[in-house]
Amino acid sequence: MKNFSGKVLFLDRNDINTDEIIPAKYLSEISKQALGPCLLEDIKLDGFRSRIDIQEKSVIITRTNFGCGSSREHAAWALEVNNINLVIAESFARIFRQNMFNCGMMAVELPAETMDRIFRDFADKETYLETYLEKNIFFITAEEHQLEVSFSISDFDRALVMTGGWVEYADSKY
Amino acid sequence: MGKTIAEKIFDAHHVDSPAEDIHVIRLDAVFCHEITTPMAINDLVRRNKDRVFDTNKIKAVIDHVTPAKDSKTAEQGKILRDWARRHNILDFFDIGRNGICHVLFPEKGFVRPGFTVIMGDSHTCTHGAFGAFAAGVGTTDLEVGILKGVCAFHYPSTIKINISGQMPEGVFAKDIILSVIGCLGVNGATNKVLEFTGPIVDAMTMESRMTLCNMAVEAGATSGICLPDMTTVEYLWEFIENEYSDKKEALDDFSGFSSDSDARYDQVIEHDVSRLEPLVTFGYKPDQVKPVKEMEAIKVDQVYIGSCTNGRIEDLRVAARELAGQKISNSVRGIVSPATPKIYRQAMEEGILKIFLDAGFCITNPTCGACLGMSNGVLAQGEVCASTTNRNFNGRMGKGGMVHLVSPATAAATAIAGYITNSSLFKG
Repeated sequence: MKNFSGKVLFLDRNDINTDEIIPAKYLSEISKQALGPCLLEDIKLDGFRSRIDIQEKSVIITRTNFGCGSSREHAAWALEVNNINLVIAESFARIFRQNMFNCGMMAVELPAETMDRIFRDFADKETYLETYLEKNIFFITAEEHQLEVSFSISDFDRALVMTGGWVEYADSKY
Repeated sequence: MGKTIAEKIFDAHHVDSPAEDIHVIRLDAVFCHEITTPMAINDLVRRNKDRVFDTNKIKAVIDHVTPAKDSKTAEQGKILRDWARRHNILDFFDIGRNGICHVLFPEKGFVRPGFTVIMGDSHTCTHGAFGAFAAGVGTTDLEVGILKGVCAFHYPSTIKINISGQMPEGVFAKDIILSVIGCLGVNGATNKVLEFTGPIVDAMTMESRMTLCNMAVEAGATSGICLPDMTTVEYLWEFIENEYSDKKEALDDFSGFSSDSDARYDQVIEHDVSRLEPLVTFGYKPDQVKPVKEMEAIKVDQVYIGSCTNGRIEDLRVAARELAGQKISNSVRGIVSPATPKIYRQAMEEGILKIFLDAGFCITNPTCGACLGMSNGVLAQGEVCASTTNRNFNGRMGKGGMVHLVSPATAAATAIAGYITNSSLFKG
């Protein structure tokens, strides 16, 4: 099972599409590793410095409709090779969300008010998130402040995370 | 309680429900192209599972970058080509026979009413125009599709868009779908199927229905879908005439995949097009739309006519009507890419290519290239393109470039003027 805890990168915008996560010009790569340095290269977000701000981050927290647009799983892979296996958002585009779980990664939705609170309390601080998958709890910590957030994922999504992805799951079952 | 067409298709393809609301369905067609498939192929080889579930149900094409532009894209083509050969995939379309997947595969009769279709490409929703459930997926779903012939989805919940009214002259399917996306927003249909019905859709050609369904994903939808009718039968007839005694019998058969009058919808939206004008996007999201007349005088550096949205013969015909006897502006680079060799040939035989050439357009071979900024028309920093494609995302057609999505008629008029403007076909 992959790691779902670590330092948090906040992306305070709706509708971040997969062209922004990994531009199409890199789709000619046939190794996941080659995508690593290009993650979020074209994101439209004031003040964001892609290569610097991504460093040492393991979790992304963002707003609505993350991963919309192109179906490219390269978006999930570009996160994966940067050791980011968990994205938390108010909502996801369907294909991106499925790609994450298919790779044994997680795309977790939280209610709008919870997301607002997380952004308000943590977005401007160095923040650490710890995932307790078996208890469905995130602990979000910055300085002295800690927030406990419960989440839910379906049994199917959990099975994909536990088995390592959809290929393993489907191959053993169908 | 009746059922929607999407629900009926799911029920007919049910394999398993591994969790509440998750349905694993059997696939009738798995489409592959050279950008998202090679990683699936390599992974299957790595796992020692280099097999395909059904040689006849897998169709493959090299379309995104063709001819290959560099060693990397040549390698992607080679991986797909070698795989198709060793698995004896007969419907593999390489250079000379290749075209844009979502135009080529329908043209070959590969999609039928009631089918389930996946492809590692978000615009797979296009094929819903035939009354199929067709969804774009990532490479892992594609990989499992190739290996096992199944895919997992949420049981479909449908938003019905009932399109009615009097279609104004000079307004096209592209303008309708832009207006629908403008109403729904870019995530207004996430996890939903968009079912397009009503007298306007009934009167549409299959090409226009494909344009409509093609952009369903821009509102977040899993699939667009139209109900099969005699127009569907006519389009498919050359491929199915041995299966039915006459067209009526085919229609009766296809009608099994239609929505019941008492089917339950997530939402029903009445969309009257009587006052619709040609539309254009502004900004970086496809739901940011305005009437063309409000964007007049925005200068463009490039006009692109093509793609899985608007590279079909009727699109080229409309553009040619506007371009006939005209020259495009000196400040504009005009690029047209007929979406398949068949369309290319039709356009040649109908004199449409001559009109484009005389007007000053460059005619490229069929390819997706420019739409996603991979080849054949990439923008430079700060450049503006009026394009008949489907995404105006930041950097989509080239880093720092601006894309305004329009219909082929508006694109042609814009090429002549040098700035965004309505076509002479629109009398409003």
